[in-house]
Parts: sequence; C-alpha cells; structure tokens
Amino acid sequence: MDPDQQPFIKIQSLSKHFGSFTAVDSVDLEIYKGELFSLLGASGCGKTTLLRMLAGFETPSSGTIHIDGVDMTDVPPYERPVNMMFQSYALFPHMSVEQNVAYGLHRDGIDKQAIKTRVEDMLAMVELTDFRKRKPHQLSGGQKQRVALARSLVKQPKVLLLDEPLAALDKRLRENTQFELMKIQDQLGVTFIVVTHDQEEAMTLSTRIAMMDAGRFIQIGTPIEIYEFPESRLVANFIGNTNMFEGRVTENGVDHIVVQSKQPACEFFIDHGISIQEGTRVWVAIRPEKFRISKSAPESGQTNQMKGVIDDIGYLGKLSIYRVRIGDDKIIQITSPNLSRPKHGESLLDWSDEIYLSWDASSVVVLTK
Amino acid sequence: MHNTGQRSRFLITVTCFGLAFLYIPMALLVFYSFNYSKIVPVWGGFSTRWYTKLFESEEVWSAVILSFKIATVTACFATLMGTLAGLALVRFGQFKGRTLFTGMITAPLVMPEVITGLSLLLLFITLGDLIGWPERRGFTTITIAHITFSMAYVAIIIQSRLAGMAQDLEEAAQDLGAKPFRVLIDITVPLIAPGMVAGWLLSFTLSLDDLVIASFVTGPGAVTLPILIYSRVRLGLRPDINALATIFIIVVATAAFVAWWIMLRQQKKRELEMQMSSEEG
Repeated sequence: MDPDQQPFIKIQSLSKHFGSFTAVDSVDLEIYKGELFSLLGASGCGKTTLLRMLAGFETPSSGTIHIDGVDMTDVPPYERPVNMMFQSYALFPHMSVEQNVAYGLHRDGIDKQAIKTRVEDMLAMVELTDFRKRKPHQLSGGQKQRVALARSLVKQPKVLLLDEPLAALDKRLRENTQFELMKIQDQLGVTFIVVTHDQEEAMTLSTRIAMMDAGRFIQIGTPIEIYEFPESRLVANFIGNTNMFEGRVTENGVDHIVVQSKQPACEFFIDHGISIQEGTRVWVAIRPEKFRISKSAPESGQTNQMKGVIDDIGYLGKLSIYRVRIGDDKIIQITSPNLSRPKHGESLLDWSDEIYLSWDASSVVVLTK
Repeated sequence: MHNTGQRSRFLITVTCFGLAFLYIPMALLVFYSFNYSKIVPVWGGFSTRWYTKLFESEEVWSAVILSFKIATVTACFATLMGTLAGLALVRFGQFKGRTLFTGMITAPLVMPEVITGLSLLLLFITLGDLIGWPERRGFTTITIAHITFSMAYVAIIIQSRLAGMAQDLEEAAQDLGAKPFRVLIDITVPLIAPGMVAGWLLSFTLSLDDLVIASFVTGPGAVTLPILIYSRVRLGLRPDINALATIFIIVVATAAFVAWWIMLRQQKKRELEMQMSSEEG
C-alpha cells in the first residue's frame, strides 16, 4: 500500500445508540481505495450497525463519515455513491432478473439503450444471461446471490457493502463464490466492505480485517497480522483455534523473555523482541499447527516443551487433530500434517501414547490483555 | 392406522352436520322463493312470479343501486386510508403513542355496531348544527360511517401483509437510488397489492351487509338493500324478499367462486414455474 495514499473512506468518532444500548462506540476507521475490507465479529458486536450507517439506513448518534472526501453523514441512502448487497439478497420478487438489475439505472434516468447494454454486460459477468427473464423465486441460492451482486454493482458504486455475502450458500458454493468475488473486486477496482461473522471468509477475502467487539474495534490488520500477531486473548480466540497458558514473566532479557506457567508447569522462552516487566501476568498463546509432536524427548532442553498423553485423535486425511492431555486437566489441541503414510493397519500415533510436544521460540504469542 | 375407517366415518358425520347447519336455512330461502303461494311457509306450486314482481319494483331497484354505490365508494376510500394506516403501523417504527394508535385503529373491530352507529349519528347531528353540514343524512353519511369501520379491517390486513414482508426490499430500493415515494410505488404497493384487493372486497361486502349502522345514520329517502329487506320482513315474511335474497346469494357465491378460481390458477402457475426451475437445476 502506498503510504501517502489518502483514505477513501474516513470514519471519525462514530457512535450509534439505541436507547441505552450502544451499538457502535466512538470508532475511527480509514479505508483505502480498492481495499477489500472485512468487519469481523460475533453477532451483536455492532458490525452490521456500522455497515448500515455507511449505507445511510441508520443515522449516527455522533461522529462523521466521509467517502471520497465528501461528508456523507446526513446524506440519505438514495443519494450515496454506495451500494449494498443484502444478506437476504432482497431481490424484488415481482420483477425479473433483468428488471432487478436495471432498477438502479432507471432511477438515475439513464437512457434505455445504455441501460440495456449495462444490464447485459453485468448479467454476462455473473453468467446469468440465460436467466434474465426469470423471477427470483425461480432461481437457486447461488443464482440469487449473483443477481444481488450484479444489481449492486451495475451502478458502479464507489463502495460496495456486503452483508454476510456467503452466509446463505452451502460450503462448496461458498468457496467458489469467495474467489469469484475477489476476482470481480480486482476487475472493477471497487472498494468492498464485507460484514461477516465467519473468520475463514474474512481471512480468504480480505486485504484487511477489523475485529469488532461491543461496538469497538479491538484490532485492525491484515489477515496474517490478525492470525499470527493477535493483540488480545479475544482476537486470538475468535480467529482460529488457539491454546492459551496463563503465567508470569520470570525473566526480561535484552532479546527474549521467559514466562513460567503453573498449569501445566512449563517454561516458555520467547525470542521475538518484546519486553515485559518481570512479574507481569501474561497469557501465552500457541496455535495448534505450531506444535511438533514426537514420541521421544526433543533435544532443546527444558524450555518450550511439554509431555502429554494423547486423549483423542481426529483423522482428517491431509492432517490429524490431536487432543493432548497435559498434567491432570489441561487439554490442548494440536494439528499435525500427515507427512508420511503409515503401514497398513497401523497408525503413527495412537490413543494413550505418551508424547512430547515442542515449538519454536518465535511461534509463541504473549498477550497481556 | 387401524381405526382410519371409523375416524373418517366420524369426520363425515360431523362435516355433514356442519354443512347442514350452515346451508339448510339458505336452501329453504331459495326453495320458498319459487313458491307460488303468497303465504311463505305454505307450498303452492313452482313459480317465478316473485322474481318478475321484484324486477318491476322501482323501490327495490333504487335500493340495490344505492347499496352498490355506497359499497363501491366505501371500498375505495377504506382501502386507501386503511392501507396508509397499516403502513404507519408497521413502517414508522417506534413513534410516541404507537400503542395507543394501534389500539385506536383496531377498536372499531370490537366496538358494538349499535355504539358505533349511535356515536356517528351524534357526530352528524352536532356537525349539522355547528357548520350546517351534513344538511341531510343519506348517501354521504352512510358512506362515511362505512368507511370508518371498514378502514380498520383493511389496516389489519395490510399490517399483517407488511409484517411478513422483509424491510430489506424497501431498503434495497432506496439503496439503488429510489426516493421514499418511488419505493412506495415500485416496491411496497405491488407487494401489498393482494392485501389491498382482499381489503377492498372485504370492505365492499361489509358495507353491502351492514344494517345496524346504516339505519342509525340514514335519512329520509336513503334506503339501502338491507334496510329495505329488514323493513319489509318486519311486516311479515314475504315471498318477493325471498327472491331478492336468492339473487343476493347467487351474486355473492359467484364472486367468491371467481376469486377462488383466480387464486387457484395463480398458485398452479407458480408451482409449475418452481418445478421448471428445479428441473433445470
């Protein structure tokens, strides 16, 4: 990203209250042109309210929204250079596919021939040319989704808002559609803002993700930043699985720190340049795929390893999920790729096997909140 | 199930009993309308003389025309105003006094007709004294009275239709650049049109039907069909009224059948389209 670039969408201390409930709590956000930006969070975190304020369906209680340098705060939805794809698709049931797509263009008073061409181009792009005379109830879920997309893109909005765009599709269709969306976004260069509660969807689609909780952003970053460098336990737990160990900092060295946890008793050596005062209470997070699993003790010494017993195995083909019991009551989850093929009728690791876990000093995330 | 036969016999008995309860009185009415005898319950042979007599009666014709005129005007106004009230109930969210408004809209549904009629009569008399309008009671006063109570039914129908319709559709239209009035015309009205048609038909029949309220607010010379039938029958059962009622039944039954047939055809068409689309994948 060009560091001198001006933000395309600028949200400043934006709040929305419903009675005594605060849905969006004084948020600031800058989104750049051509981004595919995701608002991610559990239901009720305020992400939909924020999106609806961008579309103009909700009036902010305070704060401002600028799009492409123009103050949009009090502009009604029908005058914003923004279009939205609804979660329910909201296709007009009494209009054909063609009429649905053309509706927005008719409102702009464009001449009939131009509308026809634009609609045809759009339907060709979403591969629905043969279905243009159909009514929405005669379409499958995936087709409806594509009509909704075509309808919201045909006016060439500056920003496209997508509310849970893939939630209503089945898994196989979702994966294809995800890549289709990215392709279209790339072709048209429109700025996309996606609201989703599905972290996988956010990870694959987005250039940046904003994690929301209780009306505030708790972290904004690229998918890699959010996944590998979460700033809080909330983010670490929401995005993917993670194993969390509570402990205290026992050593604050120049290029490393050491964290001692009690349950299970273990020393964590972390070497990426962080500095936390000795005695501070911290949480150590390690992703399931960051563990190495072995039957014999690793040579790394006493730090960054644990001994456990396999409690459960989930074989998924390309990888296996192990639930490993450490000590009496700590269960941690590990995923390990099945790199080699076991002999027929045997498995490499079995239930109740005693195993050693180890990890790199750089794979550990230390969280203070 | 082993007792299917028994249960179905029970069901058939109940159904027959219910149908008999509903339709024997009407069947009797139709039967006696073809009675030659002047004394209703005494059979004097088959005849259509009462029908002929009916069509010759100036009084009956003017009552029929007045009733249909009132019913048509009532249905149109009640549909318009009821639709607006229904829209206000569902779409304007939480405004101050919403509960009161809802209650006030639906109150005429449970209010005894005698009360409604009496209060409207009082209103018209007061207005007449104060501003000199209505000068005399008749067509206008009956129509206004009918609109007030029919409107409530339309508002309820529209409300339920709108509540089932996702607000997304209206928002989507706005999002695509339609101003609120356009949204109403392009999206909301087409979607609630079936409710509006149902409301119109209901208002029409309610108005055509009404005796109590009409007799309160009517004036000299304005005799609706129910008022005519009632006033004649008060002097004793009359065969020509039986004939009139029979025609009434036929008209209403035909209208109901047509409405049912149109709906059935639409549904079949829709099912066929659904089937087509699922076959093509």
